[in-house]
Amino acid sequence: MDCFVGIDLGSTTTKAVIVDTRGRIVGRGITNSRSNYDVAAQVARNEAFTNARFDMLGRALREEGGLGDAGPAFEAALAAAYRHECFLGQLQRLENHCRRDLESDRYTHDRRAMGHALEVILAGIRHDAAAVYGGGTAARSDFFRDLAGASYTEHAAHVAREGGPAFDRLVGLFDRNIIPVENEPETRGFAQLLRSALDRVPLSLAQRRDAVAGLLARVAEADLREVSAVGTGYGRVRLPFPKENIRSEILCHGLGAHLMFPRTRTVLDIGGQDTKAIQVDEHGVVTSFQMNDRCAAGCGRYLGYIADEMNIGLHELGPLALGARRRIKINSTCTVFAGAEFRDRLAAGQAREDIVAGLHRAIILRAMSLLARSGGIRNEFTFTGGVGRNQAAVKALHEVAQDNYGSLTINIAPDSIYTGAIGAATFALQGSARN
Amino acid sequence: MTAAVKDLSQDRQKQMISAHYARLARAKEDGRKVVYTFVPGNLTELLNNLGLLPVLPEINALQSGMRGKTGDYIHIAEKAGHSEDVCTYVKADIGMLKSGNIGPTGEPLPKPDLLLLSYTGCFTFLKWFELLKREYDCPVVMLHVPYQGDGRITEPMRRYVAGQLRDVVIPALETLAGRRVDYDLLRQQLALSARAEDDLVWVLQSARHRPSPIDAYFGGVYYIGPIFTAFRGTTDAVEYYQLLRDEIRQRLKGGLGPVTPEGTLQEEKYRIVVEGPPNWTSFREFWRMFYGEGAVVVASSYTKVGGLYDRGFRHDPSRPLETLADYCMGCYTNLNLPDRIALLEKYINDYAADGFLINSVKSCNSFSAGQLLILRELEKRTGRSGGFIESDLVDPRYFSAANIKNRLESYFQMVEAKRART
Repeated sequence: MDCFVGIDLGSTTTKAVIVDTRGRIVGRGITNSRSNYDVAAQVARNEAFTNARFDMLGRALREEGGLGDAGPAFEAALAAAYRHECFLGQLQRLENHCRRDLESDRYTHDRRAMGHALEVILAGIRHDAAAVYGGGTAARSDFFRDLAGASYTEHAAHVAREGGPAFDRLVGLFDRNIIPVENEPETRGFAQLLRSALDRVPLSLAQRRDAVAGLLARVAEADLREVSAVGTGYGRVRLPFPKENIRSEILCHGLGAHLMFPRTRTVLDIGGQDTKAIQVDEHGVVTSFQMNDRCAAGCGRYLGYIADEMNIGLHELGPLALGARRRIKINSTCTVFAGAEFRDRLAAGQAREDIVAGLHRAIILRAMSLLARSGGIRNEFTFTGGVGRNQAAVKALHEVAQDNYGSLTINIAPDSIYTGAIGAATFALQGSARN
Repeated sequence: MTAAVKDLSQDRQKQMISAHYARLARAKEDGRKVVYTFVPGNLTELLNNLGLLPVLPEINALQSGMRGKTGDYIHIAEKAGHSEDVCTYVKADIGMLKSGNIGPTGEPLPKPDLLLLSYTGCFTFLKWFELLKREYDCPVVMLHVPYQGDGRITEPMRRYVAGQLRDVVIPALETLAGRRVDYDLLRQQLALSARAEDDLVWVLQSARHRPSPIDAYFGGVYYIGPIFTAFRGTTDAVEYYQLLRDEIRQRLKGGLGPVTPEGTLQEEKYRIVVEGPPNWTSFREFWRMFYGEGAVVVASSYTKVGGLYDRGFRHDPSRPLETLADYCMGCYTNLNLPDRIALLEKYINDYAADGFLINSVKSCNSFSAGQLLILRELEKRTGRSGGFIESDLVDPRYFSAANIKNRLESYFQMVEAKRART
């Protein structure tokens, strides 16, 4: 299959999307950008190709697998087992790094205790992962660092409480060794990982694998040919692409939004460190745009900072804000000042959920100012970027847009985080067609 | 790019400017009187007529910016109590003053004997010279130039400015110089001004050709140097512009693109009109962001702040005071918003531009106000793509290279995408 790849190297996450010759999205991959854009791009791209093979697998199973109603469950179980297998591979690498680290002089006095604690913690993480990938627990994040980190912290706290090494010392071991793990891409190929994953599929479903063995082998060996790739996003200059294959994220977001919602005329993208207000024509061509220039106030990191201040996860912020009963006006869109304002209002006795809802509204008001600079909101209005996943931000956007521009169709795709990469992949396809 | 070769005109300009700063450095020992004044609405012919030496604080600030000095100067000014929101030209000037008033050639600048405040569109000028008056304890003479609120210069406006020149400005300058204005000489000077202006306009309008032989913004700021500063009305200026015109004529003949710091631009991919001043602290880097993408600025409003000549105005020797009045009132900084929009619209059309860009300066309140309106209106009228970036004149803290490069790349790609569709 001919593949056209779009890679969006954002400040927080790196996304890759693959489209086929008809422009259909066949694969998606995402990873945290870390400090190494090269690895992030490679990881996201590999994940997108894996996802593309699962897409092929799903279609093949539906068309010729002969599994009937059990097909979707088998496919989902196999995909989860595959991710589980990847997770365990990374966990093994984390263990190897930690064990090497424990040999250093830093642990002369407590090497044994630390080694024992590490064993207990890793066993706990493996147990947690089995629950997550077995479908028993919801995953908090798609990223190894987040998943393993949360689990590690929890078990390290328990070990420390039970008389083991100090919590800080245990967490320090993780912090030092997670970075090299993130920068080492998976070395096993799809076929090998799929075979290992099959062994993890629950028995009742695994019994069916003989029926689809040939099909799985065919998918694993299918030739996915990368015809062309286009890079976008902040780190795009890091990509080893010729200049014509590097596109600005403005154009990619504009086209991506148009492809997801063809009637889009205005796009708002709130990313980690920038906010973009984009106007597009009926073909998805950008006609005007504005971005925050001198200051990243009011961007995604604003919420991240507040979550850190509150010592809660970013994903918990939206649900908390949705419980607000009063509308509180937060004046500052400066990330640091907003933190101060948050503490000040807490001290004044205001409810956390009310304050957090006010912070969400402050972000959206800031975005409205940028939208006004770009020419306002025209119908239909598409909201993209990581903040689009936050329901409280979406609610505030609906309210503020309605107040300022009246009734609008507001589009928010569940996978809007891929908007830029979708645009980039489509540019790759279009460029290839022209050549 | 071809290898960068310095043109003769550049050498000539450098010699002229060095000689001027050398004159300034020797002013006190030579018994010359010094007048500080501003670029828009400058009365260079009158000052030269009376043997007075002009110093232009905006030029000092931008020169300091290009030499990487303004970060420290601004810090010194802020320490002295000038807020972050004050015009950074002002703060750079104050900081330079507090640091020994060393000019761009490394020689000290003389203190002013008079501050000639030509108030031409920029209300900060008033406050700026209030500050300098306190520092130098010298007299201020103000020329009030009425704003072109209705978009035209009327006879009463002309009489009002000429009257101030006759009754207030010239007497003060004559007292300082210890001699009277030589009106025969003034008429000769104004005739020389008009000759240089003819050539400057020819050079700027050469950008109508494709490829343009000049960059009318980054190159343009060098081209306007002599006529905007101490040389209008001199044979030096006339010769410089003749030399420049000949060089551009040769470039046109050879079908060459503009000169850049890395040689001649080989492929003109985008023709752009720019509104707003350039950033001076990262001038080369900013320029590279344009020529690196094959973008040529074919017309700019900034090169008209010290005199707007391409709508036909020339200094007229037959009516010296009235023509100086017209010059002052006609500077780009003195135009109202509809006129600025109309001028930019004309540039976009006349120079067959692919789009236009606004470089907005936060601390420049009088010039930046209304630029978003200009953007929207020009998009509507011309259908061409508009871009908006923000930086600063001489405060290095407000030039975020990564962000500006990102915006510019996005902008040029937007222009290309739009062009491909049409």
